[in-house]
Amino acid sequence: MSTISKTFAELKERHEAALIAYITVGDPALKSTPRFAGALIEGGADLVELGIPFSDPIADGPTIQAAVQRSLMSGARPIDALRVAREIEEKYDTPLVLMTYYNPIFRFGLNKFLTSAKRSGISGIIVPDLPVEEAVDYKKECVASSLDTIFLASPSTEPQRLREIVSRTTGYLYLISLYGVTGIRPNLPNSALELVKKYSAALDGAVPLAVGFGISQPKHVHDLVRAGADGVIVGSAFVKIVGENSRDVGRASTKLTRLARRLKKAAI
Amino acid sequence: MGALVELEREYSRIKDDPDFKTQLEYYLREFVGRPTPLYFAANLTRKTKGAKIYIKREDLAHGGAHKINNTMGQALLAKRMGKKRVIAETGAGQHGVASAIACAALGLRCEVYMGSEDVERQKLNVFRMHLLGTTVHPVTSGSRTLKDAINESFRDWVTNVANTYYLLGSVVGPHPYPMIVRDFQSVIGREIRDEIMRIEGRLPDAIVACVGGGSNSMGAFYTFIPDKQVGLYGVEAGGLGLTSHKHAATLCAGQEGVFHGMLTYVLQDEDGQIQPTHSISAGLDYPGVGPEHSYLKATGRATYAAVADKQALEGFMELSKTEGIIPALEPAHAVHFAMNLAAKMRPDQILVINLSGRGDKDVNVVAEKLGVKL
Repeated sequence: MSTISKTFAELKERHEAALIAYITVGDPALKSTPRFAGALIEGGADLVELGIPFSDPIADGPTIQAAVQRSLMSGARPIDALRVAREIEEKYDTPLVLMTYYNPIFRFGLNKFLTSAKRSGISGIIVPDLPVEEAVDYKKECVASSLDTIFLASPSTEPQRLREIVSRTTGYLYLISLYGVTGIRPNLPNSALELVKKYSAALDGAVPLAVGFGISQPKHVHDLVRAGADGVIVGSAFVKIVGENSRDVGRASTKLTRLARRLKKAAI
Repeated sequence: MGALVELEREYSRIKDDPDFKTQLEYYLREFVGRPTPLYFAANLTRKTKGAKIYIKREDLAHGGAHKINNTMGQALLAKRMGKKRVIAETGAGQHGVASAIACAALGLRCEVYMGSEDVERQKLNVFRMHLLGTTVHPVTSGSRTLKDAINESFRDWVTNVANTYYLLGSVVGPHPYPMIVRDFQSVIGREIRDEIMRIEGRLPDAIVACVGGGSNSMGAFYTFIPDKQVGLYGVEAGGLGLTSHKHAATLCAGQEGVFHGMLTYVLQDEDGQIQPTHSISAGLDYPGVGPEHSYLKATGRATYAAVADKQALEGFMELSKTEGIIPALEPAHAVHFAMNLAAKMRPDQILVINLSGRGDKDVNVVAEKLGVKL
C-alpha cells in the first residue's frame, strides 16, 4: 500500500477527509518552500502538493500564474523541486505529491525524472496536461518507480473516459470541481456538490475522491465533504497568502498554518 | 479533453456533409474571392536568371491573407455545432481580423485574445477588429504575446465550453486542431495544382512558404506530399540570427517538446521552459510549430531554413519594386529564400512562392527600419 493510500485509509477510519495543500516550489524563493510546507503540515495538511514552475501554466488562473512567475524569477528549476522535496521528507511523514506540466518531465527524461522523484521522497505525480490517452509510457514508468499516478477528471469527462481514467489512477482521483482554471471563487457552485455526489457514487470506493479548483473557505470544505469527497485540494488560497507576504516568510507561515487549521477543522 | 473529443466527433461528422461543403465553397468563392491567382512573376524570373517563379496570390484573399480560409471553415463549423460565441487568439492581428470577418458574416459573437504587447504594436488591426464588431481582450500574463494569448484562449474555452467555440488560427495545438486547420488551408495547394497543370501542364519543382505556426505552408504543401518530385521548402524567422537567441526558427533551432497539447519542435531551455521569440514579422513569432511540419522535417520530405530580419526586409523591397506586389513581412522571408533557390535552378524548372498575405499592415515597421518618418 502506498503512503498516500495509507493516509486516506487512516483518515477514513477516523471519519476525516484529507486536506491537500498546494504551493509552488521556489515562490518566492527556494529556501522558503520547506518552511511553508512545514507550516501547512503543522496546520493539519494531510498531503502536500509541490508545484514545479512552468512558463505556460495553461490550467492555472491568475493567482498561481503569478506564483509561477515569482518562482521562475527566483531561478527555481525542476531539479530544485526534487531537492526541496527531500528536505521536507526528512522532517515530516506527510506524503508529498509533485504537480508539473509535462514538458519539464519530458526534457528531464521520463525515466530519470521519475526515479529521481521517488528517491527524493515523492509519493505521487499529477500532470494536468497529460491526458490518460497519452500516458501509456508514463504509467508504466510510474508503476516501475512505485509512484502513484493521480489523473484528473472534470465535469466534461464522459462516463467511458472516466472508467479509463479511474483504471489508471492510484492514490486519489483529482476531480476538477467546475468548468475553468484554478483560482479562488467566493461561492462554490451547486453543480460542484452534485458532481461530487455523482462521482462518489460512480467510484464506489475504488479510489479516494479529492476535489480541487475554487476551494478556499471552510464552508466549501464542509459542503464538499458532506457531499462525499474523501479529500479537498486547496491551492490558490495558500498561494495568495505567500504572494501577499512574500517579504515576510514568518508572517506568511503563520497565516498558512492558520488557514490550514480552519480548513482542516471543516474536513472533520 | 472532453471539448476536444466533441470537436473531433463533430468535425468528422460535418466535414463531408454535402450541405456544409456547398456552403463553404460558396463563401470561399463569393466572399473570400477564391480561387486566388497563380501569377507568373516574369520580372523576378528575369532578374534571378533561374527557375520560372510563380506567385500564389493569397494576399488577394479577403482580409489580405490566407487566414480567412481557416476562419470561414471553422466559423461555419461552430455554427453547425450550435455554438453562439467564438473566441480566437491573435499575434499580429491577422487571424483576429480574419476571425472577426468570418463571424460578422455568419452572425456569430466574436472575442479575441491578444497579448498586451501586441495590442500596443498592432493598433491598426485592433481597430479593424473593433469595426468588425469583435471584442479584443489584452492578455497581460507571461510574455504578453501570441503564446500567452493561446494560453488565455484555452483558459476561456475550458471555462465556457458549453456555448463557446475556440477558433485556433494555425496548424498547432492539441488534436484535432492541426488536422482541421490543415484541411481548411489545403485549398491553397489544390488550387496551385490545378493552376500549374493548366498553365504549364506539369507539377512545380519547388514550393516555398514561410513557417510560423505553419498554416499557410502546410496548406500549400499538403496535397503535394505524395508527389516526391515537388520539393517543399519551409522558411522560418531567423530574427537577428540563430545564435542570437532572438529568433523564431523552431524547426531549425528548437528541440522536441510537449507544448500547447502537441509533441513537436519547441524553442525551450534545458528545463523545458518555453523561450521568448523574436521576429520582424509578428506572424512568425511563435516558439512552437505545427507537429506535421516536425514530421515532414523528421522524414526529410520537407526542407526547412531560416531567413533573418534583414534578409526578409530585402525580400520585401525586392518584390515591391520588381513585381509591384507589397508582400507581408512573413512571406517576405519566403521571397528572399525563393530568389536564392531559383537562381540555382534551371530555366526549365518551376518554383512557386506562397505569398500568404499583403504588406499594408507592415508599412509602419518597414518605414521605421528604413528610417522614414510617416
